[in-house]
Amino acid sequence: MASFSTTATLDEPQVSRGNEGGAPPIFGGGDDGRAGRGLPDYPTRLRRARLGLLVALTPVLMLFVSFTSAYVVRQGLPTVDPRTNQLVRDWVPVKLPGLLWVNTLVLLLSSVGMELARRQMKVRAAAVTTRQMGQVPVSAERKAPWLAITIALGLSFLLGQWMAWKRLGASGFYVATTPSSSFVYLLTGAHAVHLMGGVVALLVAGLFVLLRRPVTTRSIVVDVAGWYWHFMAALWVYILCLLEFAR
Amino acid sequence: MGLGLLVVIWLITLIGSYFIIAKTWWLPVGASAAAAGIDHHFTTTFVLMGIVFIAAQLALGWFAWKYRDRGAASGPAQYSHGSTKLEVVWTILTIILFIGLNLASESIWATERFDAAKPGSLQVEVTGMQFAWYFRYPGPDGRFGATKPELEDASLGGAGALGLDTTDPASKDDVITGTMVVPVNREIEVILRSHDVIHSFFVPAMRFKQDAVPGLAIHMHFTPIETGEFEIACAELCGLGHYKMHGIVKVVSDEEFSQWLAAREAEKQ
Amino acid sequence: MATHELAAHAAHAHAAPQGFIRKYIFSLDHKVIGLQYFFLALVAVFTGIFLSLLMRIHLIWPTASLPFFGEIKPETYLSLLTMHGTIMVFFVLTTAPQGGFGNYFLPIQIGAPDMAFPVLNMLSFWTTFLGFIVLVAAFFVTGGAPLHGWTGYAPLSALPSAGPGEGLGADLWIISIAIFCIGALMGALNFITTTLDMRAKGMTLMRMPLTCWAWFVTAILGLLAFGVLLSAGILLLMDRNLGTSFFVPLVTVNGVLTGHKGGSPLLWQHLFWFFGHPEVYIAILPAMGLCSQLLSVFSRKPIFGYKAMVYAILAIGFLGFMVWGHHMFMSGMSPYTAFAFSIMTMGIGVPSAIKTFNWLGTMWRGKIRFSSPMLFAIGFVSLFVVGGISGPFLAQPVLDIYLHETYFVIAHFHLIMGVASIFGIFAATYYWFPKMFGRMMNETLAKTHFWVTFVGAYAIFMPMHYYGMAGGLRRYSQGTEVAWIHKLAPIQQFITFAAFITIAGQFIFLFNLFWSMKKGEKAADNPWEATTLEWITATPPPHDNFGGITPVVHHGPYEYSVPGAPRDFVMQTDAPVAPKH
Repeated sequence: MASFSTTATLDEPQVSRGNEGGAPPIFGGGDDGRAGRGLPDYPTRLRRARLGLLVALTPVLMLFVSFTSAYVVRQGLPTVDPRTNQLVRDWVPVKLPGLLWVNTLVLLLSSVGMELARRQMKVRAAAVTTRQMGQVPVSAERKAPWLAITIALGLSFLLGQWMAWKRLGASGFYVATTPSSSFVYLLTGAHAVHLMGGVVALLVAGLFVLLRRPVTTRSIVVDVAGWYWHFMAALWVYILCLLEFAR
Repeated sequence: MGLGLLVVIWLITLIGSYFIIAKTWWLPVGASAAAAGIDHHFTTTFVLMGIVFIAAQLALGWFAWKYRDRGAASGPAQYSHGSTKLEVVWTILTIILFIGLNLASESIWATERFDAAKPGSLQVEVTGMQFAWYFRYPGPDGRFGATKPELEDASLGGAGALGLDTTDPASKDDVITGTMVVPVNREIEVILRSHDVIHSFFVPAMRFKQDAVPGLAIHMHFTPIETGEFEIACAELCGLGHYKMHGIVKVVSDEEFSQWLAAREAEKQ
Repeated sequence: MATHELAAHAAHAHAAPQGFIRKYIFSLDHKVIGLQYFFLALVAVFTGIFLSLLMRIHLIWPTASLPFFGEIKPETYLSLLTMHGTIMVFFVLTTAPQGGFGNYFLPIQIGAPDMAFPVLNMLSFWTTFLGFIVLVAAFFVTGGAPLHGWTGYAPLSALPSAGPGEGLGADLWIISIAIFCIGALMGALNFITTTLDMRAKGMTLMRMPLTCWAWFVTAILGLLAFGVLLSAGILLLMDRNLGTSFFVPLVTVNGVLTGHKGGSPLLWQHLFWFFGHPEVYIAILPAMGLCSQLLSVFSRKPIFGYKAMVYAILAIGFLGFMVWGHHMFMSGMSPYTAFAFSIMTMGIGVPSAIKTFNWLGTMWRGKIRFSSPMLFAIGFVSLFVVGGISGPFLAQPVLDIYLHETYFVIAHFHLIMGVASIFGIFAATYYWFPKMFGRMMNETLAKTHFWVTFVGAYAIFMPMHYYGMAGGLRRYSQGTEVAWIHKLAPIQQFITFAAFITIAGQFIFLFNLFWSMKKGEKAADNPWEATTLEWITATPPPHDNFGGITPVVHHGPYEYSVPGAPRDFVMQTDAPVAPKH
C-alpha cells in the first residue's frame, strides 16, 4: 500500500508532523515560495493577492458589460404601440448634472492619492523585509497620510454622487421616469456600491495599523485596494462616457 | 457484474430504440406544406443519431464485459496514452456529421423563417392573453383597427377582450373570433401578439410554433394542406392557466371560408 | 519579516483550530468547508426530490387531496416546478461537485495545504447557505413561492399581478439567486487562484488530474457567467419594485395597465441564457472530469488521450459562451441569429463526442474492476450518451419548432444534469468517502443503489422522449385539457411509478452514507490503488493535508499498468524512472 514516507520526495528534513504539539509545520522549498517556516513569504503572498484581485475584477467587469449590453439594447429597442400598431421607441436622453464632472475630478485625484499611498506602503514593507534592525517607528515619519487623504476623497466622491442624484431628481428624472434615467441611477449606483467596498478595504488597512498587524500584511491590503481603486476610477470614466456620449 | 452491465445496457438501448423505430408515440400526421420536409429531416436525424446512440451504448456494454478483470486470466491492461491519429479522425468525422446534418436542415428553416409571407396570403392576427387565444381578421379594408389597452374587458368577449377601438374606421370590419378558421391550400400569415406575458402558439399538426411576445408583433406564415380541426396549445409558461389555454384551428375549403367570413361580417352590421 | 512576527503568523494561520465553532462551524479548512457544501447539497437534493415527487403525484392524480398538503392547485404545481428547478440547478448541481468535492480535493490533488484564501472560502459557503435559506423562505411568505419556472421569463416574473406567488415570493427568489451568485463568485476566485498559484513542485498543468482541469474551467465559467445573472436579477428587481421597464413593455394583466412600457422580454432571455448555458456546463464538467479519473483508475489504464481531454474541456468551456441563443429559437429572435447559434451548438457537440470516444478508449483493453465508483462512472457514460444524443435534435431550429417546450427537452436536460451529473456526485461520494471519513461504504448497498438508480432513471426519462415526440408540453400542471396530450396519460403514469421506485432507492444511499460513517469497515490510505495525490495523505488527511511535507511530483496522474513497473500503478510522487542507458 503506497504511503508517502517511502516514496515522496522531501526538500528539507521535517521537524514536526501534522498537528502534534501545535508547533508550526515545516514546508519544504517548492513552487509556492515558502522560504522558511510556516506561512508563504511576502512576495508570494503579494503575488497571490494580486492574482486574486485580477480574478475578482473579472465578474465586476462582466456585471458592467452586462449592464452596458442592456443599455445598448434598450436604447435601440422599438416596441409596438397597441394604440397605433406602430413601432415606437421611448428613449429620451437625460441631461447629466454638471456635478458629475466635479466628482470625476475628485475621484481621479483620489486615485493619485491612492497610488502614493500604495507606493508609500511598499517602501515600508520593503524596508522591513530587507531585515533592517527593528521596525521603522511610525511616529518618526514625516510623510503625508496618503491613505487617509484617499479615504477622504473617496467619501467626498460618494457624497458628491448622492448630491448629483438629488439634482437629477430635482430636474424631474427619477429612477423610473425614463429608461435612460433608470440606467443613470443603475450604473452610478452600482459603481458607488463597489467604490464603497474599496473605501471599506482602506478603512480595514487603517484598522490594521491600530491592531498592530505586520507592515507586510498592511502593504498587501493597500496594494490590492490600490489596484482595485484605480480600476474603479477607470470604470467610472467609462460609465460617464457611456452616459454622456451614447445618449 | 460486467455481464450484468452488458445485458442491462443493451436491453435498455434496444427497448428504447424500439419505441422510436415503431413510432409508438409519434408526431401527429402533418397537415401543412412544411410538414413533409420537417418530418423528413426528423427521420434523417433519428437515423444518423440513432446509429451513433446504438453504437456507443453497445460498445460501452461490450467493453464493460469483455475487458473485465478476470484475475490471472486477464493479462495486464494495455498501457496506452491514446492515439493522436484516431483523435483527429473521429473529430473530423463528428464535425462533418453534426455540421452537415445542421446545414441540411437550414434550407427548410430559411423557407419557413427568412422569407416573409407572400403577397396574397391571408392575414390573421393571433393574440394571446391569460388564458385564451383570440383571432382577428382585418376584413375587406385589409387593415387591422386600433386597439386600446384601456378598453380591454374580457367579459365582453372578442372585441372587448382585444380592447378594439370602435372609433377607428378600420376597426369596423374587423372580425374577432375564439376559433381560428382558415382556408385550405392558402398561405396564412399570422401576426402574433400578447397582452400580458409571453405565450406561444403551437399547432403540432402544422409543425408550427412561435412565441407571442408582448411589445412585439411577430409575423410568421404556414400553409395548411388538409382540412379538419386541429388543436392549439400554449407552449410558453404564462401563469396558472397555462395548461388550459387551448384553442382550435379549423381548416375548411375556400368557399366555406368565404361564406363563414361573410356571415361574420354580416353579424357586425 | 522579523522572525517573531513570522512564527506568530504561522502559528495563527496553520495550527489546527481548537474549539467546536472554529473547527466545524466557521472552519477555514477547505476540507471541512467542502463537507459543509456537500451536506448542504444533500439537504437540497432531498428537498428537490420531494418537490418532484409531489409534482409526479399531481400529474397523474390532479384532483387528489394529499395528507397535509390538501389538493395541489395548478399554481402550486407551478411553484413546485419552479423551486424544484432552482434548488436542483443551483444548490445541488452547482454546489456538490464544485463547492463540495472541488473544495475538498482540489488543493490536495495539486499538492497544496489549503485554498488560496481560506477566509473567503468560509464566507463563500455561508453565503451559499444564506441563499438557500432565503429561497426556501419563499414557500412560507404570503402568496407562496413563485410560479414562473427556474428560467423566470419576464414579464411573468416581473409583474406581481401576473399570478400567485409572484409577489414577495418572487422577490425572495431573485434575492436568493443574487446571494448565490456572490457566493459562487467567491468560490470561483479561490479555485482559479489556487490552481494557478499553489501547485506543488512538479505539478505542471499538464500533470494535473482531469478533475482539477474540470474544476478550474468550471470556475472560469462561473466567474464570467454569474456576474451576468446578477445583473439580470438586479434589473428584474428594479422592474418589480422601482417601476422601471427594462423587461416589461406596455401590458395589461386582466385588463389592468401595469404602468410599464417599452421594455423587452427578450432582453431578460438573452441575459439569463448568457448565464444559463454556461451554467449547464458548470453542472456537467466536474462530473466529466471525475468520470475520466474513475475510468482510468478502475480500468487500470491511463486515460485515453489526456491532451485531447484537456482541449475538449477548454473547448466546451469556450464554446459554452457562444450558444445561448439555442434556448431562444422560438422566442421572436431573428432567424438569422438562430442559424448562427445553431451552427455553434452543433459545434459544441464535437468536444463532448470526443470525450465519449476517449472514455470508451480508456475502457478498451483495460482490466476493469467493478467497484461502486466504477459502476457509477460507466453509468455516467451511458446516461451522458443518451442525454447528449437528443441535443443535436434540439440544436436544429427546424426540429426545435416542434420540440421546443415539449417533454423532449425535459428528457434531454434531466438525463444530462438530473441523472448523469448526479451519477458524478454519487461516484465521487463512493470514491472519496474512504478518504474523507476513514471508512468504506457498504458495497452491497452501493451496488443495489446503483442498479435501482440506473434502471430507474432510464425508466423515468426515456419515456419522456416519446411523450415529447407526441407533442406533450412541459410545465402543464395537468394534461387533461388538451386532447392530444390527454391521450398520452399512460406514459405519465408509468413515469410516476418508475419515480416512486427510484426515489425509494435513494434512501439506500442515504442510509449507507450515514451508517458507514460510524460503522463502515476501516479504510486504508489508498484502498483503490490510485495514483493521485489525495491517496498519499493519511486517511482522513490532517489539517494541512500532507502532514508537514510538500509533495514533489514526478509523474502524470494516470500511470497505470506501466510496463516494467513493480506494481500496476505509479503514484504521482513516486521516484522518477531512471533514464535507460
